[in-house]
Amino acid sequence: MNAAPLLEVRDLNVYLGESHVLQGVSFDVRQGGITGLLGRNGVGKTTTLRGILGLVTRTGRVALGGEETTGLAVHEIVRRGVAYVPEDRDVFAGLTVEENLRLAERPGSALRYDLVYELFPELRQRAAQKAGTLSGGQQQMVALARALLNGDNRILLVDEPTKGLAPLVVRHVVEALQRAAEVATILLVEQNLSVAHKLVRDVVVLDQGRVSFTGDVDQLMGDPELARRHLGLAAAGSH
Amino acid sequence: MTTVALLLITGLGLGALYFLIAAGLSLIWGLMRVLNFAHGAFFTVAAYGGWTAARLLPGASPELRWALAVVVAIVVGGAFAALTEVLLIRPLYARHVGQVLVTVGLALATISLVQGGFGSDPQTFVPPVWMTNTTSILGAGIPNTRLVVIVFAAIVLALLLFFLQRTRFGLIVRAGVENRDMVQALGIDVQRAFTLVFTIGGMAAGLAGILAATYYGTVDPLRGTSMLIFAFIVVIIGGLGSVTGSAVAAVVVGVLQQFLNFYAAAGVGDFSVVLLLAVVLLVRPGGFSGSST
Repeated sequence: MNAAPLLEVRDLNVYLGESHVLQGVSFDVRQGGITGLLGRNGVGKTTTLRGILGLVTRTGRVALGGEETTGLAVHEIVRRGVAYVPEDRDVFAGLTVEENLRLAERPGSALRYDLVYELFPELRQRAAQKAGTLSGGQQQMVALARALLNGDNRILLVDEPTKGLAPLVVRHVVEALQRAAEVATILLVEQNLSVAHKLVRDVVVLDQGRVSFTGDVDQLMGDPELARRHLGLAAAGSH
Repeated sequence: MTTVALLLITGLGLGALYFLIAAGLSLIWGLMRVLNFAHGAFFTVAAYGGWTAARLLPGASPELRWALAVVVAIVVGGAFAALTEVLLIRPLYARHVGQVLVTVGLALATISLVQGGFGSDPQTFVPPVWMTNTTSILGAGIPNTRLVVIVFAAIVLALLLFFLQRTRFGLIVRAGVENRDMVQALGIDVQRAFTLVFTIGGMAAGLAGILAATYYGTVDPLRGTSMLIFAFIVVIIGGLGSVTGSAVAAVVVGVLQQFLNFYAAAGVGDFSVVLLLAVVLLVRPGGFSGSST
């Protein structure tokens, strides 16, 4: 990790009510490829993504490409090239697929409709369909498409994109993420460790609101003791 | 049949006024989660603004004075609402108790100021003569003021639907009603949409204020508050955040009120509207539009 990181997170602290969810989280995401943000349930992975984006009140420092974004409003952070695919997809159920995509368009940004429809041709056929009537997999396509649409997005924050999806759809999502990683850096939260191992290069592991491990995915997954310690017993044989 | 036609169209006229107030309230709640008790103040201040403007041109034709009153009321309602959003609501986002207190306080202060400036009694507002005449519909002599209010409300409904369905800001508002955080996470400055929605709501309330003055023949410092209560009922019955739901609910409430106040006893119509609200909340908590929020 010699080059300057694309995303720097320093001493990120988040309180949700009385709970101190993130307790000084610090890590870097280098330019290109997919970095995995891993850890057991409830350790603060989703909160970390929301903290980077400013969707939760936080202290600490977040910088994108060397420029601090901590004091900016959410939409200003996004306009600096951050896209978000939330855990529950959060498509606008009452809007059509086409309207969901149109909403993601940013003035002045080169739009990647070609890439979006290459990855998800189904969305073109379902353009006039209300997003709330789509299957979970199709909604995930909409959520990923919104994130990929703007050509100036430098990093995609993707939260559990395979959660609750059928194996066939998971394979499609994995392929889409691999293709997306060719055009933008991805910070991926993923509970499915076999998927994570297939996709990611660097990993950041959270435990109890703190970073417990950073390094190469093969280093983590290749050492059963290390995987057990950081990800739980099941992880050791997951790949 | 004559009585039914008269009650129906008068009820539609009343419903039209409710709709003009409720549409803004509904959008403001849907997008911003702000329960705006100051909406009646927009109505009142705009009505007095229009009334005052009409008096500034004593030599002009009644039609011109009325048209001026309408324009001034819309502008005053929108400007008052925009200032309220920027100065009072914006610092209090996500602080719901603070929002309720500040909007209730603004409503009370506004009524007192209007009463202090213009007196507590209603003031006569004279619309053009042709509006005070009647038109025969199904044998009933319908006051033209009722028809004017209905036509204006229909135009506002059409404009709002066009805005929501055909413009990018409308798309942002519809999306924001569903999930405000996600709209921001797409890089959209939702704050601008807040101010715009508040302003549009204030303009519609201002129009309602001057049309109510046309309908009743007076401006009254307390009318905004009394109509706001029914407008809130309309918003809840129609479904929070739904303009179409508000339109349907406003018609139901206005017509129901007129019929029962006439055929049962005075006041029964008002009570039945509250009863209808309770039934809707029990049977369909999301209102006519089916929204779960």
